[in-house]
Amino acid sequence: MDEIIRLKNIGYRYKDRWVLKGIDLELKAGETLGILGPNGSGKSTLLKIMDGVLKPMEGEIAIRNKSFHSLKRPAFAKEVAMVSQENTFRFSFTALEVVLMGRFPHLKRMQFEGHDDVEIAINSLKATEALEFAGRSIHDLSEGEKQRVFIARALAQEPKIILLDEPTSFLDLKFKRDIFRLISSLCREKGISVALVSHDIDLVSQYCQRLIMLKQGSIYAEGFPGKVITASNVEDVYGCPVLVDSHPLSGRPRVNIV
Amino acid sequence: MPERYRNKIITPSKVITLSIVMLVMLGLVILLSLILGTADISFKDVLNILTGGMPQDDPVRLIIFRIRLPRILLAGLVGFALSLGGVVFQAILRNPLADPFVLGVSSGSAFGAVIAIVLGFGFTFGIPLMSFAGALFTICLVMMIGARNIGVESSTILLTGVIINAFFTAIIMFFISVSADDRLHTMLFWLYGDLSQSRYTQLFIIAPFILSAAVILYGFSKDLNIITTGEENAAQLGVEVSLVKKVSLIIVSLIMGLVVAFSGLIGFVGLIVPHLTRMAFHSDHRLLIPVASIGGSIFLIAADTLARTIMSPSELPVGVITAFLGAPFFIILLKKRGSRWTRS
Repeated sequence: MDEIIRLKNIGYRYKDRWVLKGIDLELKAGETLGILGPNGSGKSTLLKIMDGVLKPMEGEIAIRNKSFHSLKRPAFAKEVAMVSQENTFRFSFTALEVVLMGRFPHLKRMQFEGHDDVEIAINSLKATEALEFAGRSIHDLSEGEKQRVFIARALAQEPKIILLDEPTSFLDLKFKRDIFRLISSLCREKGISVALVSHDIDLVSQYCQRLIMLKQGSIYAEGFPGKVITASNVEDVYGCPVLVDSHPLSGRPRVNIV
Repeated sequence: MPERYRNKIITPSKVITLSIVMLVMLGLVILLSLILGTADISFKDVLNILTGGMPQDDPVRLIIFRIRLPRILLAGLVGFALSLGGVVFQAILRNPLADPFVLGVSSGSAFGAVIAIVLGFGFTFGIPLMSFAGALFTICLVMMIGARNIGVESSTILLTGVIINAFFTAIIMFFISVSADDRLHTMLFWLYGDLSQSRYTQLFIIAPFILSAAVILYGFSKDLNIITTGEENAAQLGVEVSLVKKVSLIIVSLIMGLVVAFSGLIGFVGLIVPHLTRMAFHSDHRLLIPVASIGGSIFLIAADTLARTIMSPSELPVGVITAFLGAPFFIILLKKRGSRWTRS
């Protein structure tokens, strides 16, 4: 009953090549789900399908028991927010204005952002520790700072689910850790469900409660990190021999390249 | 706490205040343009005429009402539409260099108008209609050829514009060369942008279209803000991207068609004015649409006044003035682009 989003037998193809096939997946309230898999395994496509940007050729999706087809774009954006890799700003907007864009699905056509919207945006910026650069142009921010602003924008949408596509790919070690901590605290404190795609197996292992591993468009393994991240799974899926041991503090699996 | 930040965002009162300031400036420019011209008319005369203090058949009154005023009003409407079109193109193509003229939409529209003239269509409906069809056709062409790479390589779309421009200009020149028709000879002037043929009937035709286009497009201003950050992004934030794109491109083709039919090819207004507005004020379309549009009016009225006074008593086509200013401006933008706009 507490599942927020449910995918049933999803299939998606580009032209005649199936990128995803037979995907069954559910996301529970307040859960952090990590999606692993090599390049081209269909991770980002899966995320876009969960966000409703891509329409699957096969299967059913429901958000809180409402079918995807019954939801229009703005209604969708109130349920699901996406932090994607596509963020090119051709024109200058301040961080605060970018976060306020997250209020779009909540506003009427000619309506301007009101007092409440500004407050929500400010609180979102606080939550991601980005308030200090609220007034700066998005062009002048570092990659780590930008990522915080985009997560704040997702929070300003007040969604039930946040999807993140490679949220840490341009970040250094400290920012990577900070972003993952932020994501897991959001799940705990706000009850938001998170699904994220990442190449950082170790970080995903540390911070996600449940993982799926994709291979050639199908789910190869699913479950808690200790079950999914095993030497044989990683070798099979990524085609690279590894040793897996335990993190000295958390006991979560850790991948070592040999 | 939020009050401190509220001052930093776009509010209705900011938009209204700035629009009123622009309208006052527009009024002043109109007044100045009524005074300037080949015939010597003083500020006092103009005031006298506008307040109804001169006899009906006074020659000065005739110059003001029959010659200068309709021309100024046409320039204002055309400038408004060109700038509005530029703003919308730049948002949808996510390219600050997009403008109806640069993209070839104006020449596509002129091509439609030339075909209409050759076929002997009427000036009131036939030519504007064909001109609209030409604009719409070109926009579809630009979107098809260039739009696939938007966001990755913006020069593709500019190259597309160059090629479309060259092609349609060639066809237009072909028709002018082979035709013995007198109307086509006057078209050479028209091709460079000419406002001297303005009549009140034209104003009554285009004004309602242009103003209602502005109102409808204003309804999309938040959507356009988000579309400038990427189409997929916009869809994720709840924007009905393909609907917004279709409706706004059709509306823009309609007003471009009208504008080209009545004033010819006036370039670069849609490039210069929106850019200056963004630099001076903001990139938010809720502000950009009204302020840049009124700015377009001011700019083109000033340019046209220059065109008819600079070599008085002979006149230049206004497109010569705008191109003279616009081409160097375009080059500066193109050079600057590398450092700012292609960030990804």
